[in-house]
Amino acid sequence: MFVCDCGSNIAGYLDVKALALYAETLPNVVYVKENLYTCSESGINEIKAAIGEQNLNRVVVASCTPRTHEPLFRATCAEAGLNPYLFEMVNIRDQCSWVHMQEREDGTAKAKDLIRMGVAKAALLEPQEPIQSEMDAKAMVLGGGISGMTAALALANRGYQVFLLEKTPRLGGLLLRLSRLGPSNADASELAAKYAERVQKHPLIQVMTSTVAEEVKGYIGHFQVTAVRNGNREEFGVGVIIVAIGAEVLQPHGLFQYDGKSVINQLELEERLKSEDFSAGSVVMIQCAGARNEDRKYCSRICCMVAIKNAIALKERNPDVGVRVLYRDIQAYGTENEAMFQRAKELGVLFLKYDPAMPPRVEPGKVVVFHETLGRDLTLPAELVVLSTPLIAGPDNETVSKLLRVSLDENKFFLEGHVKLKPLDFATDGVYLCGNAHYPATVREAVSQALGAASRASIPLSKKVMTVEPIVSTLVDEDACRGCGLCVALCPYGALEVVRTEKGRKVRVIPVACKGCGVCAATCYRHALSVNSYSDQQIGEQIRAFLGE
Amino acid sequence: MGAFRVKVRRKARYVNENLCTGCGSCAEKCPTLVVDLYNAGLGKRKAIYKYFPQGIPSVFTIDAGKCRQLGEGKKCGVCAKVCQAKAVDFEQKDRMVELEVGAVILATGYEVFDPSGIPEYGYDRIANVVTALEFERLLSASGPTAGHLDRPSELALEADIEELEKDVKKLGRQVKALEDKHGKSSTQILDRVKSGTLTDQESLAWAATAEKLAEAEADLEKKKQKKAAAGTAKKLAFIQCVGSRDFRYNRFCSSYCCMHSVKEAMIAHEHDNEVSSSIFCMDLRAVGRGFEEYKLRGGKQAGIRYVRGRVAEITEDSAGNPIVWYESTTSRQVLHETFDMVILATACVPSASTAELARLFGVEVDENGFFRTDPLLPLNTTRPGIFVCGCAQGPMDIPESVAQASSAAASAAEVVASPPGEAAQAYRYA
Repeated sequence: MFVCDCGSNIAGYLDVKALALYAETLPNVVYVKENLYTCSESGINEIKAAIGEQNLNRVVVASCTPRTHEPLFRATCAEAGLNPYLFEMVNIRDQCSWVHMQEREDGTAKAKDLIRMGVAKAALLEPQEPIQSEMDAKAMVLGGGISGMTAALALANRGYQVFLLEKTPRLGGLLLRLSRLGPSNADASELAAKYAERVQKHPLIQVMTSTVAEEVKGYIGHFQVTAVRNGNREEFGVGVIIVAIGAEVLQPHGLFQYDGKSVINQLELEERLKSEDFSAGSVVMIQCAGARNEDRKYCSRICCMVAIKNAIALKERNPDVGVRVLYRDIQAYGTENEAMFQRAKELGVLFLKYDPAMPPRVEPGKVVVFHETLGRDLTLPAELVVLSTPLIAGPDNETVSKLLRVSLDENKFFLEGHVKLKPLDFATDGVYLCGNAHYPATVREAVSQALGAASRASIPLSKKVMTVEPIVSTLVDEDACRGCGLCVALCPYGALEVVRTEKGRKVRVIPVACKGCGVCAATCYRHALSVNSYSDQQIGEQIRAFLGE
Repeated sequence: MGAFRVKVRRKARYVNENLCTGCGSCAEKCPTLVVDLYNAGLGKRKAIYKYFPQGIPSVFTIDAGKCRQLGEGKKCGVCAKVCQAKAVDFEQKDRMVELEVGAVILATGYEVFDPSGIPEYGYDRIANVVTALEFERLLSASGPTAGHLDRPSELALEADIEELEKDVKKLGRQVKALEDKHGKSSTQILDRVKSGTLTDQESLAWAATAEKLAEAEADLEKKKQKKAAAGTAKKLAFIQCVGSRDFRYNRFCSSYCCMHSVKEAMIAHEHDNEVSSSIFCMDLRAVGRGFEEYKLRGGKQAGIRYVRGRVAEITEDSAGNPIVWYESTTSRQVLHETFDMVILATACVPSASTAELARLFGVEVDENGFFRTDPLLPLNTTRPGIFVCGCAQGPMDIPESVAQASSAAASAAEVVASPPGEAAQAYRYA
């Protein structure tokens, strides 16, 4: 048992001497040492020496957080010849001295409780061996739009084989239907064609168009994919998967007199611009058509820029065309987008704010809108009305989400592992996301995310063998398991499966995919599953120690 | 591309980072107080310090310019005496390190616009007008007010009271010494000096000191009463686009400030549910996943009022409360309203060193002064092999910066880790 002062971090607020004396009175404790810094070189050497001299078979350190220091102490045990999983850590800094700075006595009493519990658990710890698994250094990218193609190229250029699956017969995604891109003014189809050619010529990318993934089994390093191409099944294995299946543009049926002729959406306007099939002398665009309302609360991020871009295109073709944009907030965030917004205003595009409580009324040849600043209705000529509709989650999202066991948000877009710190990873290891599948994005953002997803995917790909912590779920009582699958449904990481065995249906743990969260063990009413180092017995003993039984 | 030689100056920290355990005894004992930039200048730190508690590596540094020994040439060395690890090294010098690298990633970030340049907002004049970053520190549990919304005017008052208390103590000691020496009370002396019966120098000086003491005591009492009467800030105004979307300063939108104002208003309300906020904006740009929903929740649960209008001027009433003057475009009126505190959502601007770095690396900056990138090659600078991510290329929020960091790593990896021959091609995707 080693009790750490952490300089004054712990010793300044708790009676560490008393803690050390207390630890000596606990059952099974044969050696106690107080250190100024247990993690310092001298502290580490003391642990090593004590393991040898005292013939210790368990080590407990009462100090700071296992998040930063458990690996160090485990490695120390291993160096001294003790299995590193026979080590237990008690956090008397974060949980005692830091949160009870003003309560020395109570804080010290709490630290005693935690130490007693840690010692009780340590007695029941069992040795564990790290889990190793080979990496199948290939990738599958779902979706052949700009995001998917970019991600595939980035991985292939690093030397990894990539299967690029596209549902439709053609690579290019949404770009194929757009006219020009803002603010680069690049021709969308040309860009798509350039990327498609690069992807198709790359010796390491296997392009599979008209193909969908039908079944995906396995886990990071070992995914077994069954794909269906033109009715034929193909099987292949990959180590990682990138989801880049894009999104769809909302068709505004029933909104603002939409008819697909004189009231259209931005995508249809782009198609008309592309085919030079445009003649209207006055255009009114209506923002947030079908977005930021009760049914669809979210802002689709890019529609303001789409409207601005197309308004500029109309003005550049013919400065006499009247273009008016009715908006709620212009979302031209950042440098480029705001510059585009200002350029549109310079070209004479009129931006008028409307109140969603008094939405614009589309009538034949005109749009009537209440102008907030003038305080009255304005009638705007409109040979063409263009509705800026949001991107919505694609129809395959639910299927793909189930296939890969990854989450969707309330709007059915794919949900990343952490909104701030893991924007391109799923909670499930080995699966990554980018582009519109994640949330509406500009081409700049989609390309950036695709490169990023490839970067994240290349981390496991670059390892031949993955070593994983053995603190995972284990089927400890196979006879008790009835193969009910409750744990399989609840596992957030896809780390469990039900398999047929000689004894019938039984659950099987995939240790590489397991994070040791314990949901399965807590759920299993037959107590068939248990998490290593956190068994019912070990936790029970800790609780009994706390209660002083 | 593929072979850069970079000369790097590693500045002396005057602490051996291999020996320092980060225990903090040195900073505890260091006698020199320095304005704490991490707390936006609102608090003090020592001359030996860690920029912020969770800083990595967890190692202390001496601010050489402020240190008594290094900066002022005085005898001190207290930190070295108390350091058990013997990590303090006053002899440390800057070191030059040469690196040979295949690719470079610029992730040098941004700076916050200085609102002193907008005189009508009174940032320099009005104590209770603060920047969003200062407000962030006031809201922080590890900040100078431990998360309570004490107004800067009250913080200044507190500092005044501290100074006055020192004065009163000092004057009191002087007066007491005179009283003890002569066995007379100050009141007697004062009365007799006033009536003209005592005219010697010592008595005059004594009377003057006694008067000063009385004044200081009265002043202290007044300020203490004022302090006791002062509450924390309850009514907040957030002013958007301070230095952004303003042709006088920066034309661009700073992207993230709408959301940090909503966030700060919500946290302030969570801390004290009597707090209500008004956000003055042109457009409220809530464009990420869950942002619009968050904004609406702020309105419903935290009582945030979103006011469409550009603030024209901020003045101050006699009690130190800022008054916000604005044109409401929805009610078509020029209005004014008094608040306890005003928070300026200041622009994200290129850091001062960007231009110099651009010259050093031979890359271009754009019309706004950020590193220039291409909309279709978002991580590439104008020079092959040099990449840029995060706010160094323009304002963006945390998730976008984090995603870009991975993207920049992928771009750099294609240069340094691609099979031969493909690296050059990799750069020119589009």
